[in-house]
Amino acid sequence: MELLHEIFVAPFILIGELPDLFVQTIWEGFVAGILYALIALGFVLIFKASGVFNFAQGIMVVFAALTLVGLHSLGIPAWIALFMTIGVMALLAIGIERVVLRPLVGQHDAILLMATIGLTLFLKGAGEFVFGGEPKPMITTELGLPTGVTDLEMFGGLVSLQHLDIAAVVIATIMVAALAIFFSKTRIGRALRAVADDHQAALSVGISLNQIWAIVWFAAGVVALVTGIMWGARSDVSFALEIIALKALAVLILGGFTSIPGAIVGGLIIGIGEKVFEVYWGGLFGGGVEAWFAYMLALIFLLFRPQGLFGEKIIERV
Amino acid sequence: MFYREAGQFKTNYKADQAIFPILQDRIGLGIILLIAAIVLPLFGNDFFLNSIMIPFLIFSLAAIGLNILTGYCGQLSLGTGAFMGVGAYSCYKLVTIFPDVNILIHVLLSGFFAAAVGCVFGLPSLRIKGLYLAITTLAAQFFLEWAFIRTAWLYNYNDSGAIEVPTKTFFGLAVTGASASPTTRYFVVLAIVVVLTWVASNVIRGRIGRSWMMIRDMDIAAELMGIKPFNAKLSAFAMSSYYCGVAGALMVFMWLGAAEVESFNINVSFQILFMVIIGGMGSLIGCFMGAALIFILPITIRAAPELFGLNIGAATAEHITQLIIGSLIILFLIVEPHGLARLWQIAKEKLRNWPFPYG
Repeated sequence: MELLHEIFVAPFILIGELPDLFVQTIWEGFVAGILYALIALGFVLIFKASGVFNFAQGIMVVFAALTLVGLHSLGIPAWIALFMTIGVMALLAIGIERVVLRPLVGQHDAILLMATIGLTLFLKGAGEFVFGGEPKPMITTELGLPTGVTDLEMFGGLVSLQHLDIAAVVIATIMVAALAIFFSKTRIGRALRAVADDHQAALSVGISLNQIWAIVWFAAGVVALVTGIMWGARSDVSFALEIIALKALAVLILGGFTSIPGAIVGGLIIGIGEKVFEVYWGGLFGGGVEAWFAYMLALIFLLFRPQGLFGEKIIERV
Repeated sequence: MFYREAGQFKTNYKADQAIFPILQDRIGLGIILLIAAIVLPLFGNDFFLNSIMIPFLIFSLAAIGLNILTGYCGQLSLGTGAFMGVGAYSCYKLVTIFPDVNILIHVLLSGFFAAAVGCVFGLPSLRIKGLYLAITTLAAQFFLEWAFIRTAWLYNYNDSGAIEVPTKTFFGLAVTGASASPTTRYFVVLAIVVVLTWVASNVIRGRIGRSWMMIRDMDIAAELMGIKPFNAKLSAFAMSSYYCGVAGALMVFMWLGAAEVESFNINVSFQILFMVIIGGMGSLIGCFMGAALIFILPITIRAAPELFGLNIGAATAEHITQLIIGSLIILFLIVEPHGLARLWQIAKEKLRNWPFPYG
């Protein structure tokens, strides 16, 4: 009885008593969710176009952020460093396509997954070797990102919004919109969609798969850079981000591997869900539930809808 | 020339069904076992046994566990580390609760707890397949890791949160703890690994193993032919987790001596997955080859700069090791996606025809 009360009644009483805390929790979850969604977006871009489950997306986020910070620490102005980092990500994309993907075309899913895990180790080793393993602060002010705090009065309490978080939400929205326009309006974008639809049909109308793969990896690299800047500004740039990137996998399950709206909605559900669960129900489990809540939610969800929220229905034939 | 089955006639069904039908294979295996059981303990020093052979055998056992699930039944899993942890913690609790029972029995029993947990987390596999399943096994990994930290009962409420292995004897000989000699521990690990490998090879050849392979090759077709996916998949999860659990218990009791949750984290899961894939999915000998490569390679790379007289910092060496291993994994996947076991098979084929190019 006591337990049932703790689960079903007490948290809601708390929400009713302190609505400002609730709004604050939702906002924090929302921002975290946006960042999960951005990592998941990188996964989806690559999975759609090449069928490769890119485990290295999380490390690409760290690698991009480290490159940016590392270049800036050499005395290069922030904006030039940003463009140089984009250049590095382009080189990385072309390199990955040439060296890793091209020889592995048509292999089993698990082998492609393993190749990207190998890539993860490689990028981690390379990043730490070149830039050092210790956490570094992100060059937030140099990039012109706002740093202040706005306090909103709400329900007789205060809800504080970090300007950085607001900027993150705005930039993420702009980027998703830009990607959507890129996919539907440009020549390359349409080619990307054709490849995602059917590799062979795309090949037969003269689309170069190799070129498209390099482009999607580059696009995922740019998404990784943006994610890296945002996440790096909230905490430091370090390889601890890797664990957070794994959570994007749970987001993918919720949203489906091939759906961009799914990645965004899934990211928000996981982000908000885990913050709310941690704050209101976490005490029952002794805290720290954020570590597994996302995966458990995804697991339970999968039992009812194996293809994810927006994934295509899986039809199997013998 | 010398590796030929010509002239070895099988005169009864038993000979036809033998695990090693070719005489040279039996001799080869005998020599390997002889080296493992007599030559290595006699001539290897403590460091070699303790830091290379014992962990190599334990990781091979864990790789066999994962290979049963991934290589034979086709269910990709990223939760191996956590299942090893279940084995280790349950062995520790068994030793605490029943201190008088023989330690070997505890080690073998602890696998059953891992098998039970494995079955629970294997349930989603009935509805979910492929990469989606791989991610749900991450749920097992992170949930169990969290449970190991939060459940103080598991590590007997001690302050460090680590499990410490007490000294246990086996017929008066210290087997675990600080006073046990590496040679003793090596023999115990070797015996368990050899017996369990033999059991695994027979289960895989039998009815259950064949049903796993049918599920792996095409699950719907297998179902139509009368294989129950529930039985096949869950038995694969149970047996796989049993092996991983025993490997985890051995890892703490025979090798590390004390362990925290970090010993069973996601990196361990990946390491064992690498062993299985590099070694060869669906091959027992591949597990040993993969474990040898993935475990011993980093040790060699770390030792290499000193051999060449270079002096680089420990952190730098670590980063370079990671970089090299990452590249090697990609290289291996490109050169031979079916793993070392396939290379071994090709070598054997060539040997059969040697010195002629074709048979």
